[in-house]
Amino acid sequence: MTMRSNGNGAAARLNNRSPLLEALGYLRRNPSLAIGLSLILGLLLFSVVGRLLVSIEDASPLSAPPYQAPSAEYPFGTDKVGRDLLAVMIVGTPLTLRVGLLAGVLGVGFASLLAFAGAYYGGILDAVIRLVVDVGLTIPSILILILIAIALRGVNPTEMSLIVAATAWLWPTRTIRSQVLSLKERAYVDVARMSGMRGREIIVRELMPNLIPFIVANLVNTTASAILATIGMEALGLGPTSHPTLGMTIYWVILHAGVLGGYWWWWVSPVVIIVLIFIALYLTSVGMDELANPRLRRSV
Amino acid sequence: MWVAGYLLKRIAFFFLIVLTAATVNFFLPRLSGQDPIRERMIKQVQSGSAWGKGIEEMVEVYNAKFGLDRPLWQQYLTYLGDMARFDLGHSIAFYPKTVKEILREALLWTIGLLTMTTLLSFVFGTFFGALVAWARAPLWLRSLAPPIMTMAAIPYYLLGLIMLFVFAFELRWFPGHGGYRIGTIPNLSWRFFLEALEHSILPALSILLSSLGFWAIAMRGMMVTVEGEDYMTLAEAKGIKSSRLFFDYGLRNAILPQITSLALAMGYVFSGALLVEVVFGFPGIGTVLFNSIKGVDYPVIQGIVLTIILTLATTTLILDLTLPMLDPRIRRQT
Repeated sequence: MTMRSNGNGAAARLNNRSPLLEALGYLRRNPSLAIGLSLILGLLLFSVVGRLLVSIEDASPLSAPPYQAPSAEYPFGTDKVGRDLLAVMIVGTPLTLRVGLLAGVLGVGFASLLAFAGAYYGGILDAVIRLVVDVGLTIPSILILILIAIALRGVNPTEMSLIVAATAWLWPTRTIRSQVLSLKERAYVDVARMSGMRGREIIVRELMPNLIPFIVANLVNTTASAILATIGMEALGLGPTSHPTLGMTIYWVILHAGVLGGYWWWWVSPVVIIVLIFIALYLTSVGMDELANPRLRRSV
Repeated sequence: MWVAGYLLKRIAFFFLIVLTAATVNFFLPRLSGQDPIRERMIKQVQSGSAWGKGIEEMVEVYNAKFGLDRPLWQQYLTYLGDMARFDLGHSIAFYPKTVKEILREALLWTIGLLTMTTLLSFVFGTFFGALVAWARAPLWLRSLAPPIMTMAAIPYYLLGLIMLFVFAFELRWFPGHGGYRIGTIPNLSWRFFLEALEHSILPALSILLSSLGFWAIAMRGMMVTVEGEDYMTLAEAKGIKSSRLFFDYGLRNAILPQITSLALAMGYVFSGALLVEVVFGFPGIGTVLFNSIKGVDYPVIQGIVLTIILTLATTTLILDLTLPMLDPRIRRQT
């Protein structure tokens, strides 16, 4: 009896620690995740604070003299048609993250649906899903995205997410499916089946909770690829034309030979921000992997 | 017996990919329900090079000429027939040049660039990844791991922009634009080859440096697994030389999955390289694609999509067919 109350006491003490403290404690043991998340937070903060200090209308052409090197007035300089590049970065950074995250969520959501249904029920449904994924992964998704984007001509950021999501589900479908396949052979799934649970119930109550860390890790990876695809499309001149974006700035630099023209500030700020975004997502994904699968150590 | 079944399955998969590519290529641009002929005519009227009168008749005549008045499935079958003969039609922007003519030359440049960089990156990256996992490797080498692996997370063309600035603009060591000097006519001479090589160094280096990490990460994982195997411990206990342990016992066993992923990675490298070419104005497929998107040259864009997929599918097929010769384990599975 005393033993049990002691045990409960310890558990209670553990539960008493606020979830925030616990999360912070975990982050200290997982530096990749901590650095990655704080980089993303920093980028969002840059944009939020920036909006308070700089008028985002300066992100449109003709709001400043063209080709100004960085100065007190224009800390990031201006481009060929007189956009204030600081304002462009402030608008473009969260936009890129938003487009990528939406595409990632849609992609992983759709992928989970297919993966659980296919892997659990098997049969012809699974065979078709597998074939479509195999074929789809052999075709570089950027080509499909280019075809869709030129057919639609002139999209807004939300439509951009939808376009990118059209291919973003392929890879997560494959990885989640293989996880479900191995998971459904476990003894506790058999127990659930024998105790009369039906397919959908087993998926939702037994399989899904066990795979949530894995799916979240997948979400980070899928978001990173979605952002990669988005910026690539923008750099090819196929992004949303109504908003200034990071990729579009690269497009203008390439189109007007900005590097060989010597306008270094024109490309340095988008390159630095894009690189930060990818490093942040990479570190987050490494950290997530460790969270999802502690046996797999691949910390940087 | 397994050989015939495996061959048949791989070849069927190859045709399925090509068919999918052609189908996607046919239907996706038609998704928007635009009328390309009418659109072009209206553009002409707006630019003042044609009168507004009789536009409807002209649209009809052209639609009949290009077969656009027939039902969709008939157009689709005709299209598949054209693709089977590799007839990609004419470029709009460079009429009457055919798409095939435009792509033939560009494809040579791209394949040259990518074969070189992919092979080098595969060899260096794999070797580097194996060394990083090897506990007896020198420390300076292992400390290179984080930057190189982080570099793998960055799009190739961003590194390209930086290389362009440092080596072509600031230091002026290498040319920064094109595949050969302005005024040179491409020919099959030794001098032209050297000139092309000089122009390829920066784009190749950008792709190489940013793709090294991809191979290194994968190889490191595999090498760590192999190092934990019992036969490694046994070999070590027997006193086998460290270098032999590394190459014959470790590397050789860990490398096979790398070769498998070579096929999958080709597509990734291809899409990454497209924009590197654009950054350096390298006369390959990527630059042609960039220009045809700018000039709304649909036939060329579609031709590029089909050509790239065909190239990749062929490479994958060749790799898939040679792989069982390298790895007896695959032979037994299939």
